[in-house]
Amino acid sequence: MTAPTQNLIAQQAALPGPQVQRKTFWGQLKASMAMFSNPKSAAGLIILGIFTLVAILAPWISPDDPTAQHLDQTLQPPSFQHLLGTTHIGEDVFSQLVYGTRGVLVVGFLATIMATVTAVLVGVTAGYLRGWKSESLSALSNVFLVIPGLPLMIIIASQFADPPLWIIAAVLGLTGWAWGARVLRAQTMSLRNRDFIQAARANGEPLHRIILVEMLPNLMAIIASSFVGTMTAAVLGLTTLAFIGVIPVSNLNWGTILFWAQQNNAFPDYWWWYVPAGLCIAFVGVALALINFGIDEYVNPRLRSAGERARAMKKKGLDVNAAVTAVRQAPASDRENPDAADENPPKEAAR
Amino acid sequence: MSDPTSVDLTASAASAESAADQASAAPLDPTLVGTTATRAERGSIRVPWRFIGGRVLFYLFTAWAAITINFFLPRLMKGDAVDTYMARSQGQLPPEAEKALRALFGLDKSVPLWQQYLDYWGNLLHGDLGLSISTGLAPVGDAIASALPWTLGLVGVATVISFIIGTVLGAVIGWKRGGGLDSLVPITTFLGTVPYFWLGLIFIAVFASVLGWFPAGHAYEVGVEPGWNPDFISQVVSHAALPVITIVLVSLGGWVLGMRNMMLTVLDEDYVTVAQAKGMPNRRVLWRYAARNAVLPQIQSFALALGFIVGGTIVMEMVFSYPGIGLLLLSATNAKDFALMQGIFLVLVLAVLVANILADIAYAILDPRTRQSEA
Repeated sequence: MTAPTQNLIAQQAALPGPQVQRKTFWGQLKASMAMFSNPKSAAGLIILGIFTLVAILAPWISPDDPTAQHLDQTLQPPSFQHLLGTTHIGEDVFSQLVYGTRGVLVVGFLATIMATVTAVLVGVTAGYLRGWKSESLSALSNVFLVIPGLPLMIIIASQFADPPLWIIAAVLGLTGWAWGARVLRAQTMSLRNRDFIQAARANGEPLHRIILVEMLPNLMAIIASSFVGTMTAAVLGLTTLAFIGVIPVSNLNWGTILFWAQQNNAFPDYWWWYVPAGLCIAFVGVALALINFGIDEYVNPRLRSAGERARAMKKKGLDVNAAVTAVRQAPASDRENPDAADENPPKEAAR
Repeated sequence: MSDPTSVDLTASAASAESAADQASAAPLDPTLVGTTATRAERGSIRVPWRFIGGRVLFYLFTAWAAITINFFLPRLMKGDAVDTYMARSQGQLPPEAEKALRALFGLDKSVPLWQQYLDYWGNLLHGDLGLSISTGLAPVGDAIASALPWTLGLVGVATVISFIIGTVLGAVIGWKRGGGLDSLVPITTFLGTVPYFWLGLIFIAVFASVLGWFPAGHAYEVGVEPGWNPDFISQVVSHAALPVITIVLVSLGGWVLGMRNMMLTVLDEDYVTVAQAKGMPNRRVLWRYAARNAVLPQIQSFALALGFIVGGTIVMEMVFSYPGIGLLLLSATNAKDFALMQGIFLVLVLAVLVANILADIAYAILDPRTRQSEA
């Protein structure tokens, strides 16, 4: 060690390095967004984004008023004038579909946000508290987990003559928060005793900072996954309620289209009336499932690597489930084949 | 575990017989007694009282909560069953009838709420669910009793088939990871995102209306006398086929994905590697070692899925005009028959609870750790 090097070290230590930057809530949140940076999640987010755009731009995209009746053009098959044909009273199905996206996404997001906020509040509180308070919150979420959601929704929704949007969303949220709360409670309980949380507590960090900055980033994957799951259930629940006619038909969504289609015997002849709406529901479901796949693989990399590893082994002529690997007889002819190299360490080193 | 005998004694203190068993076993070599394997083998059947007690408490609490929700739901709303009934009769009933009806429905506003709650419980414990206004003031219990077997049959058969096919398929897909079977996962997931009722309607359109392979609805043909004869049974089977296929297809995806993901995790465990290294046949490693462990979370998620499947089935019944609880609920909803709706909700919750108890028992049988968790 010469003097100049020591000087340099001292200088570096004196400089305020960027790596000692204080962790902030937003910084942590940004870091946890990494779970969406895989092809599956990205594809799901893009599909969901397209539907969101359609919902926002509905008045500009739809060629016609969704409820405008053209009694001279009833039950038309798809044409350039009516991209997806018309209904029994000549309404443009494509316009209904576009405006229906709005109904589905507004209620879906509203319900999901309510459910997720409830899940985070109940779950994290129950995980952080101890004793009977934690147990009773857990019992509450378990009760809601067991109670079948759809019948409850039907019964509550049917008590209103004309339920406003937020009531429908609240009912969907009420039946959807419990799963997230349960998983969040388990994760919070496990985090509570980890070293870095203990260290933060010993450092005298305030409770809101421990929860927001230290804990929440570690809960983000679960929150996101429960958000996606709740949204899937909310979209399915909403369209189902609309289809069976519990929700007033004035609230246009994809379920309402199917309701009218069934009421007017569209099945099986007028496919353009009922196929697109069902496919749209399925596409939103697929988009949400893709986001969830991505999060799953981010949280549990084995899900992705297992298949990749097995494919890589197959390429080398190995079976992933074979307990014994046959030793190759002629390694010289298989030099580029890595599994021959495995049997022979010097060659491995030479490559 | 320095003194294995004393641990054993506390573990089985619940039963006097096994305590006596312990006393006779005490002189054994402590090194032999100390391992879990010997203990599990020696004890007769350890009853996990604490586990059972916890679950029983949970089920009682849930049942109580559901019944209480059920009690408060109609009372929180503005109109009630009596108002609806009076409106329906359109002045044909004298105004005094309203008071009598209120007393009959337990909705008398002069009675304090806690008294109503106690009466409600009293009626419930006598099996009295009230009167259904949409079926001509028939007891709700009778209306439900005639519809319930159809729903139980439909949901039960469809759920069991879906669970078995999905779990086996998931196990095989997980085992042959990286193979062509992986492409089944997106397909089953897509089917799982399709709404039940939509797929049902499409199936009716294709297989019943166009191809004519299956009947389009109802549980059996009009004019067939229900009874245990081959004719009636074949009718029921052919009418249930399409709804069952639809429910199985839609609910399959969750089981496949869950089992496959769990298999991928389990297959990396050391005991699987050891089993293979011992030269155990692949079939045995797959089903007895990997799948048996991977299926445990599946059974736990059964509880979650069930509420969802019941909801889906209810809608299926509406689509297929199947004479079960779902169709009854729809007609009760349209007629604003609150007593019937409440009764149906209660029966559904209790049915889901019973199914959960069965899943708990299956879990305890498959996973010895839940039984031994006391030690």
